[in-house]
Amino acid sequence: MSRSLSRHAYDLPPHRGRQLAQGLGWFSIGLGLAEILAPHALTRALGMRGAEPLVQAYGVREVVTGLGILGSDQPRPWLVGRLAGDGLDVATLATAYHDGNPRRGSVGLALAMVAGVAVLDFLATEALGRDERRGGAAALPDARRRMFADYRGRSGLPRGVQASRGAARDFEVPRDFRAPEAMRPWRDGKPANDAAVASVAAAGSKPATAVPASGAG
Amino acid sequence: MKALVWNKPKDIRCEEVPDPRIEDPRDAIIKVSSCAICGSDLHLYDGFMPGMEKGDVMGHECMGEVVEVGSGAKHALKVGDRVVIPFTIFCGQCDQCRRGNFSVCERSNRNKDVSAKVFGHATAGLFGYTHLTGGYAGGQAEYIRVPFADTTHIKVPKGTLTDEQLLFLSDIFPTGWQAVVQCDPQPEDTVAIWGAGPVGQMAIRSAILLGVKQVICIDRVPERLAMAEAGGAIPINFETESVLERLSDLTGGKGPEKCIDSVGMEAHATATLDAMYDRAKQAVMLESDRPHVLREMAYVCRPAGTLSVPGVYGGLIDKFPFGMVMNKGLTIRTGQTHVNRWSDDLLRRIEEGQIDPSFVITHTASLAEGPDLYKTFRDKKDGCIKVVLKP
Repeated sequence: MSRSLSRHAYDLPPHRGRQLAQGLGWFSIGLGLAEILAPHALTRALGMRGAEPLVQAYGVREVVTGLGILGSDQPRPWLVGRLAGDGLDVATLATAYHDGNPRRGSVGLALAMVAGVAVLDFLATEALGRDERRGGAAALPDARRRMFADYRGRSGLPRGVQASRGAARDFEVPRDFRAPEAMRPWRDGKPANDAAVASVAAAGSKPATAVPASGAG
Repeated sequence: MKALVWNKPKDIRCEEVPDPRIEDPRDAIIKVSSCAICGSDLHLYDGFMPGMEKGDVMGHECMGEVVEVGSGAKHALKVGDRVVIPFTIFCGQCDQCRRGNFSVCERSNRNKDVSAKVFGHATAGLFGYTHLTGGYAGGQAEYIRVPFADTTHIKVPKGTLTDEQLLFLSDIFPTGWQAVVQCDPQPEDTVAIWGAGPVGQMAIRSAILLGVKQVICIDRVPERLAMAEAGGAIPINFETESVLERLSDLTGGKGPEKCIDSVGMEAHATATLDAMYDRAKQAVMLESDRPHVLREMAYVCRPAGTLSVPGVYGGLIDKFPFGMVMNKGLTIRTGQTHVNRWSDDLLRRIEEGQIDPSFVITHTASLAEGPDLYKTFRDKKDGCIKVVLKP
């Protein structure tokens, strides 16, 4: 069957959708900076003098959504925001698309560009949405599914938590791993580790640890 | 052989690559029986660590059987030995190795010049972890070449313990252990651990075993917090509770003595001003790492306390309150794990039944399924906390 008119003809694989989203993020920042820094040039080109504050506000919107797309693990909501922004742009440009505007042609071109970018925004939003709905792991075969849904029984301490508290107190923290003396706790008016200090002093310049003869083996 | 190969950020594939061979007398070849995806592999997957190249074999947590031994390693290994491979490659002879600082071995990084340019001095070679650390092929593969194999191994008994119980001696168990040990834990300490991922889970059990008064774990993923609570930690969900208020309540207003960052460079705080600032700066490449956890730890830690940082950072952070650190007299301890410094002791504790590290495994799959599971693990979907692959 021909896919030319099918619903999936425009489907992008998730990684392409993510790449497209990244590109749109950078585009958004670039356009936003242009709108913030050069609003007069834009309004002059579009015959929309007096709309500079609005253009700058749109610029801030573009930069924020761009940063959101680039900085987020889940950029889809920001892309939805871009789509809404595309609608605003079209509505704003449409007010200047009339016979009385000598720059009507430029406005038409701008409308076409916004429409084109909106298509890209839509494609990226759809691709990431499909990926989210699929949930990555949701499509995994059973063998890869988690073994347990509830980890409340996974202590990793076969004797139980209470019985395991302090079970490794026989471990002596190596000298080079101890906190500075002034920052160790005191008990009964003395540094808590007096005994340990004495043992270290007795050891003199002995290295902090011995190197295993052959790894730990 | 089959291996998981890095092609570009977010693109890891299971591909056919050449079998490894002995290149140096101290090498050995290991047939991998089990390997795991580590949280720090995700920094490579997401493209936040510099120095990866197309075709690099991933993975630094693996174990298996020795199938070939170079002439210079035969005094320590023989064909048929069952070994866990530590992620830090070390020579055992240089100044740092003689002090037990294996993760900064002076000889095992074959790209020393590049590493020194970035870090000032070279650090040790690591398996499957960028060309800054030697560009060695990793262990998410059917076979792995182990350089300095006479020292870079942990020999484990055959038959009595499963791969799942032993595999994490390669990284996350000693990493969680070292994170607590470098806090110099005391019986009256409260240890707060940011991140309930695999290293955070191991740090919780280590702190309990080492006998501190109270362990607190901060995360936002319910199943991870449930696992943390099962291990003896008091959970704080930073999306539904105020971390500052809870920590203050739990410590009588004084703050935890010891704070552990087992999150690292990709902190996922979502609703704080500094987190949004980091996201924006990272998005336009003005900052490489997101240090929200470091800032929060410095703020909440009790004066004269310790910040321990096993979480991986790769480059530059911004707006770190060093005045706060200085004036509160905090100690900061960091570093990649000196795995073999702790492995004998930790192996004994597994054998004695003090701990069974397999509790953390949530997914087991074949190597071919690895690429999909990278994404599952990264997105914390499907309850994924730890993935073990069977080549």
